[in-house]
Amino acid sequence: MDFPMFHLDWLNNRMLIAIIAILHVIINHGLAVGFMPFVTWLEQRGVSRSGKDQITDPQWDEMVYKIMKVAFIIATTIGAMTGVGIWFSVALVSPASIGSLIRVFYWAWFTEWLVFVTEVILIMIYFLTWKNSNTTLKAKLRHIKFGWYLSLFSWITMAIIVSILGFMMDPGNWETDKTLLNGFTNPIYLPQLLFRTPTAMLVAGIFGMFFITLFTKAGTEIRINAVKYASQWLLLWAPLSLISAYIYYKAMPEAMIENMSTAVGTLSFSQYYDLLLYAAFAGAGLTLIIGVMGIYKTKWLKPGVVIIPVVTAMAYLGFFERVREFIRKPYIISQYMYSNLLLKNDYVVYKQDGILKHATYTTVNEVTEENKIEAGKNVFIIACSRCHTAQGVNSIVSVFDRMYGGGGKPLDIASMAAYMPNMHNGRTFMPEFPGNEKEAEALASYIRYLQMTGDVLEGAQEEGVSINPDNTAATLINKNK
Amino acid sequence: MLTNLFIALQSAVPVPKDIPLPLPLPEWLLVTILVISFLVHILFVNLMVGGSLLTLWSQIKGLKNKEYDILAHEIAATITVNKSIAVVMGIAPLLSINVLYTIYFYSANSLTGLMWIAVIPLVTVAFLLTYLHKYTWKLLENNKSVHISILAVAVVIFLFIPFIFLTNINLMLFPEKWALVKGFFSAMTLPNVFPRYFHFIFASLSITGLFLHWYMGRKNYPFETIFPSFTRYELKKKGYSLALVASVIQFLIGPLVLLTLPSKGLGWNLILVIFTGAAIALPAMWMMWKGIQGDEKTIDKDFKKVLVLMTITVLFMGSGRQVYRSNALEKHRELVKLKTEEFQKIKKQAIAKSKQAEAEINNADLSAAEKGKAVFNQYCTACHKVDAKLVGPPVLEMAKIYKGNIADLQKWIKKPGKKRPDYPQMPGFESQLSQQQLDQLGEYILAIK
Repeated sequence: MDFPMFHLDWLNNRMLIAIIAILHVIINHGLAVGFMPFVTWLEQRGVSRSGKDQITDPQWDEMVYKIMKVAFIIATTIGAMTGVGIWFSVALVSPASIGSLIRVFYWAWFTEWLVFVTEVILIMIYFLTWKNSNTTLKAKLRHIKFGWYLSLFSWITMAIIVSILGFMMDPGNWETDKTLLNGFTNPIYLPQLLFRTPTAMLVAGIFGMFFITLFTKAGTEIRINAVKYASQWLLLWAPLSLISAYIYYKAMPEAMIENMSTAVGTLSFSQYYDLLLYAAFAGAGLTLIIGVMGIYKTKWLKPGVVIIPVVTAMAYLGFFERVREFIRKPYIISQYMYSNLLLKNDYVVYKQDGILKHATYTTVNEVTEENKIEAGKNVFIIACSRCHTAQGVNSIVSVFDRMYGGGGKPLDIASMAAYMPNMHNGRTFMPEFPGNEKEAEALASYIRYLQMTGDVLEGAQEEGVSINPDNTAATLINKNK
Repeated sequence: MLTNLFIALQSAVPVPKDIPLPLPLPEWLLVTILVISFLVHILFVNLMVGGSLLTLWSQIKGLKNKEYDILAHEIAATITVNKSIAVVMGIAPLLSINVLYTIYFYSANSLTGLMWIAVIPLVTVAFLLTYLHKYTWKLLENNKSVHISILAVAVVIFLFIPFIFLTNINLMLFPEKWALVKGFFSAMTLPNVFPRYFHFIFASLSITGLFLHWYMGRKNYPFETIFPSFTRYELKKKGYSLALVASVIQFLIGPLVLLTLPSKGLGWNLILVIFTGAAIALPAMWMMWKGIQGDEKTIDKDFKKVLVLMTITVLFMGSGRQVYRSNALEKHRELVKLKTEEFQKIKKQAIAKSKQAEAEINNADLSAAEKGKAVFNQYCTACHKVDAKLVGPPVLEMAKIYKGNIADLQKWIKKPGKKRPDYPQMPGFESQLSQQQLDQLGEYILAIK
């Protein structure tokens, strides 16, 4: 609409964000928020294991250092860059929404940035001074204290960002109360934080156990002890994670009551939502089993075994994020901006004048018999391309094909054109179609064209943009003479 | 005024509407945060890029003279720290430029999209390589060519990334070029990207030179136990020499940057800021020269002054960037503002018109079945036609099945089951339709013949 539209026709735009964001969440929760207390706790165990004239058990300390090293390297490379990557990818795919959110949440993010800077400095101090602090007991204890500080700051960064995540989903508040406080007091905040905290610990514990089995030799005393400690950690957090997942599961639909008529009521949602419980049981339940196994059958746990709960725990986390995203539909900012980046209360203009007329970047500003397909393409870019592709993931052709029974029968333009203006009533996760009747028909023609030709849609990053003659500087100035 | 604007801008200039939300802070404050936080960010980026270049050079020299290999090892240890600070310090200016120049920055990002998002994997790989390089020093001691290659790849990436940022930061200033650009490489060749690139690289070297001087001179740095034959003085002198030579080259590239700047954003305010900044660097360079010429005792004499003067220069240059940006976009931002207001007016009219239309419909005297038709059109036509299968079965079939049984029909609409295996599941309408609407709809469906 007002921005050139970046578009990935195979991967799907949302998938780009999803991949980067889920990778970030896994690293953030699993190798920072939950991992720092885990490592610090293990480091402390090393001191209590040590002999009378030792500062710490050197072999044990070396092992803990090694797992910290892996976490440090991953967190400060992939972890840090995927964090920036969320900004980058969202700016590309969803500029209007992130632009709006920054205008409101500038201070929230600024505060979070300050906490984050502290976190990064602490993680560097903690890791880089590890070896030097092994010279005196005083230095070692101070080092452990730094570990706890680091854990605290990692948790605070998460606690702040959860408020922004909660805010985006809380229906109605955008119009009435656009404040940071609202982010913290909205009904999903506490359940979500409550869920993320033990789940981060759980994922970290299973990551930690995996590294332990990787860096110690099977059957050694150190392996058995370390695995036992990690198992205790899992046995503490797995039940908490399960309980909090259930609380979150219960709290979510209630908090989203105004969106209920939209997303939650639909069939695809309830199927999804039930899967969530299975994901929780698979994710947390499996670590629970591993925890029990670690206590009673410690020797059974080898890297090849522990990798299984590592994978399910990651899936568990990823799945929760996916559902959280889904519940937002059809909005990207609840009741304010639809997932196609158009403002809800701008719709009246688009439906009256047609959306192409008001688009800054389009090759066609009015639908005619001759330019139908081209016009439809522009409508598609503006109204559909944030979530749908022409031929790739969640392709518009396959979505319609599936709806009309599947099998690749030629799509009927008239039916699709009739469907468009009413689709949001039946499929409530979809935003309303934002154009006039002619544009709906043009869009239908384009979809049919896509089906027949297999044509792909290039984004602004490849094709560049064309400027709508209605929306150039010259037109604006002429109008305001 | 508007006619002047017209002359100032070329005709194919897009004027999008802005996000209709106020800035979170006064503009001057956001600009201050942007300029200062950006300089902190770029300082560490400079140290990261300059440090890795210096490490590479030193390690290659170290093939013949072991002492340089040790030097490379010492500088390499700083890269991974500086890079972490560089990344986190980048968030504040990124946020600030996003909020201040939303339309411009995001448009440039989108137009160079693939390369812009490639920053993430590229930098990640480069970072991983710097760690790999750092932690395999011993392991690859006898495989120097492999070890050096690891760093070389990271350096190549580090040298490429600035192009992506500069291309974006340049493209955002010229909305009149947006329709001409097709992808990253065409945007990169817009005037001014290359001179600014070299300006950045030599700034990195200059700052890294000063960093070397400081790093090697730190009191708690066990220099003598690390280096068998280098002296602190020698390395400080090398640091100064690098900083001085790079600064002299900056005096050659600087004017080139200024000359290739499109005239749109030029102004006396910019010239004043840039020249003042450059003038302040001159005494600093003189002091470096005296330091190099002097001996072991005098090399530290003016170091603090040099740092202070260079910091002031950097502040001026950073402000110069902002002055140019602000000059270049001033007129266009006015147009965007105008456009945004205009759209709000159009919207007001449209809302009034649609309310009127709605009132007319509500006042019309219609029978239940007629009202039911309206409900049907709104909620059902997407999937149902009167006489043929669309997504779901035709209305005629429904009328036959539920003849005289409006209650069951309504029950189905509210919570549909699934009877036909070859049809997709129908969504329920319990939460969307009121009982009144359901009654009207039922009347309509059962009345169809």
